[in-house]
Amino acid sequence: MAKKYVGQRIKRNEDPRLLTGQALFVDDVDLPGMLHAAFLRSDYAHARLVSIDVSAARRRPGVVAVYTAEDMGDDWQHGPPLVSPPPTVKDIVFHSRTQVPLVKDKVRLAGEPLAMVIAESRYIAEDALDDIVVELEPLGAVVDLEEALQPDAPLVHDDLDSNLAAHLIQKKGDYAAAREQADVVISRRIVIDRGTAAAMENRGYVAHWNPKSQELTLWDTTQSPIPIRNGLARMFGLSEHQVRVIAPFVGGGFGPKIMMFYPEEVMVTWATLQLGRPVKWIEDRRENFYATNQEREQVHTAELALTRDGHILGLRDDFIHDTGAYDPYGLTVPLNTQCHAFGPYKIPNYYGDLKVVFTNRPIVSPLRGAGRPQGVFIIERLLDVAARELGIDPVEIRRRNLLPPDAFPYDNEIIDQAFVPLVYDSGNYLPVLEKAVEMIGYERFLKEEQPRLRAEGRHVGIGVVSFIETTGIGPYEGARVTVAPSGQINVATGVGTQGQGHFTSFAQIVADQLGVSPHDVHLVTGDTAQFHWGTGTFASRGAVVAANAIHAAAVTVRGKVLKLASKVLDTPEEELELVDGHVRVADIPQRSISLGQLAVLANPLRGAVEPGTEPGLEATAYFGPKYGATASGAHAAIVEVDPETMMVDVKRYVIVEDCGTLLNPLIVEGQLHGGLALGLGNSFYEKLVYDENGQLLNASFADYLLPTALEVPRAEVSHLETPSPLNPLGSKGVGEGGAIPVPAVFAQAVESALADYGLEILEAPLSPNRLFELLQAARVTRDA
Amino acid sequence: MNNLHTITVTVNDTPYERTVEPRLLLSDFLRHDLGLTGTHVGCEHGVCGACTVLFDGEPVRSCLMFAVQANGHKITTVEALGTPDNLHPLQEAFWESHAVQCGFCTPGFLMSLVPFLEQNPDPTEEEIREAISGNLCRCTGYQHIVDAVKLAAKRK
Repeated sequence: MAKKYVGQRIKRNEDPRLLTGQALFVDDVDLPGMLHAAFLRSDYAHARLVSIDVSAARRRPGVVAVYTAEDMGDDWQHGPPLVSPPPTVKDIVFHSRTQVPLVKDKVRLAGEPLAMVIAESRYIAEDALDDIVVELEPLGAVVDLEEALQPDAPLVHDDLDSNLAAHLIQKKGDYAAAREQADVVISRRIVIDRGTAAAMENRGYVAHWNPKSQELTLWDTTQSPIPIRNGLARMFGLSEHQVRVIAPFVGGGFGPKIMMFYPEEVMVTWATLQLGRPVKWIEDRRENFYATNQEREQVHTAELALTRDGHILGLRDDFIHDTGAYDPYGLTVPLNTQCHAFGPYKIPNYYGDLKVVFTNRPIVSPLRGAGRPQGVFIIERLLDVAARELGIDPVEIRRRNLLPPDAFPYDNEIIDQAFVPLVYDSGNYLPVLEKAVEMIGYERFLKEEQPRLRAEGRHVGIGVVSFIETTGIGPYEGARVTVAPSGQINVATGVGTQGQGHFTSFAQIVADQLGVSPHDVHLVTGDTAQFHWGTGTFASRGAVVAANAIHAAAVTVRGKVLKLASKVLDTPEEELELVDGHVRVADIPQRSISLGQLAVLANPLRGAVEPGTEPGLEATAYFGPKYGATASGAHAAIVEVDPETMMVDVKRYVIVEDCGTLLNPLIVEGQLHGGLALGLGNSFYEKLVYDENGQLLNASFADYLLPTALEVPRAEVSHLETPSPLNPLGSKGVGEGGAIPVPAVFAQAVESALADYGLEILEAPLSPNRLFELLQAARVTRDA
Repeated sequence: MNNLHTITVTVNDTPYERTVEPRLLLSDFLRHDLGLTGTHVGCEHGVCGACTVLFDGEPVRSCLMFAVQANGHKITTVEALGTPDNLHPLQEAFWESHAVQCGFCTPGFLMSLVPFLEQNPDPTEEEIREAISGNLCRCTGYQHIVDAVKLAAKRK
């Protein structure tokens, strides 16, 4: 069927409300009798709770309740593991230790909540926090990943023998044998540090238990409303029908808003159940730095074995991954790192030893990229070092190792984050790389521009990297498509939305099937009362898994429409077409009936229907892929380093992306631009700095630097389309691709700009200061 | 806190008289006392710019002001610009350029840009980037926002 809307640059259905301040965000929810919560948080990262006295806080006028862990009785429970450990791998070690709603015995991270105050206003609730007297006995903090595994390290979880949270070895082929045959082995220690998602909207929850209707409603900034609904029902002994979770407009997710559960999420809900009044808690920015999950810190010792002509024989990647104080998210992030170190390359032999450690820091869970940027950084850095040692051009060494287009489906023989074999479904990597090389003007830059600029005393460099992104993983999503008697098309899906344009791209899919404008498709996401099966928005899967469920439902509704219209218009289905909200006879357009009239006919109020008939023009469908759809891309950058200030100016930035069938190029490009901004932060600006006591030293936007419009360059974007064979739309995810390779391309370009010094960048993020230190060290080595 | 003040603030041409604590932030006053929730709060320390409103026509961070400081002054919020059916030309340009993703920072950008475009109707890309460098956006990478400002300027 011809596509009229899928693939078009259509402006978004949701924007007029967002632009005028009319869209509902969680903090906009205001209910009669609503109370406000504030949390007392630990100043120490690791401490024993000796005593806590909340009596003065309870006496403060305007305070309704103050709760500690002891007040919760049997309702005090550890959170459920959100993701289970991989079941199929032999000899795996995995210690599940999940977060608690309020600290009962021991604090494990600075900012962990000790008590909750409920008051008539947020101002009073915060005043009352000062009335609480807490005695904490500080313990030595576990901060450094390698020290965490030393025998004398303090224990984050006293019941374990060490801070090892998990240990997993994955293998492909025989790395040791490949190493023996290699002409050259590149071995490096590579470190990636912590950052935060910093969605512009902090987290927030408004919970309302209505004792009369016996219904619990939770407005939640979550990316996964349905699992939250199911989990809360289970936790509090309610039927799932009694619990409604609404994720309205959410001001950015980026990963950390998928969590089951955050302590505040449980506590606000528990409090409304105690009090029978609505309770609101809105995180402030400082709390966001302490109490919202973070990501990225890993220490790798990685090795690449190659032939003299630059062909990869094998990769060894041993690394320590920091999971923070608890590990509810299992191994998702480090498994992504393992997988993405394979890149778009043919790597016949692999050995990967993964150790996950507990530290006294915020929980680690996926953050846009979710372990992928680290994996890409590893393989791309090793390739760059190898290229230099072998005297091969960096682009050329990548060309020599890219998987050919006839290699698919390609099995890397290790398991991925979904615990299924890492299989690349499809791809065509070389044209993607060549397009980026052409767009950035690689050859000309190296031959003409760089020498000329260098002669002028300027330090300008170029970087080009290739990468893959596993996207669109299972298990499944679902959707319901309904033709309303008004002719409007209603769509409900379980995923939440945080700015991805679902109200538009999903509408385009339905519009193509039902012959209406996307503006006539009304979509509901993230309300468990509207659709109650699903997992959520994460892992670049909305445009793959949810979109294909919507597509399937729309195809079924189209079938129902045609069947009924065929009867009404007395014309065979093949001779009918769906145009402008009507079904009409192709050759006789005046013989037509509107979708709305058909919807009325499909739902008779009296009379008899044939047994087995379903009412209405409606269908529910699900989509679950066998494994994920693998997107790919190449990024290229030209940067200039100021030798005085060590500031790096990105002069040009090229993105070539292959995310299969493009649903809406405007939205795809927006995703890529935003990803680039985060990736640039992860390259040069954004680093959470912890001291040896586990204290975060830069917990504000004045100290933790998000890139502004002055730092983020204009991206030059181009698309190639290799449709995924795993789903009818052929789509692949693109939500994270913009961010994933940026630190790798940035490092390569900065090295190129400072080629005179033989600088090797083996860490991310950098900063002007850190770049200065590295350059000084390189100068010493060079001049020695 | 019984040290209350009665203030009169004209917001979007409507005068409001309210009795408030001196510590009440202007952002909380607008959002919670007046129910004008289009103004968003992203950091409460004056960096992100999401809470930008016009104070006697000049952009300010409403999280860095107390409501009592607005006594006798005129405040303009995003609700005054346009409605979903009748967008302000800058909102229209944002829509066409896909300058909105999650939309949380958007009202702050708009309120920074409306006076900017009045003072500088034909800005260069560098000037636009400078003008929005006090507003943080985590979704768009700013590119489509810059494009939207150019489009709005071109149409003036």
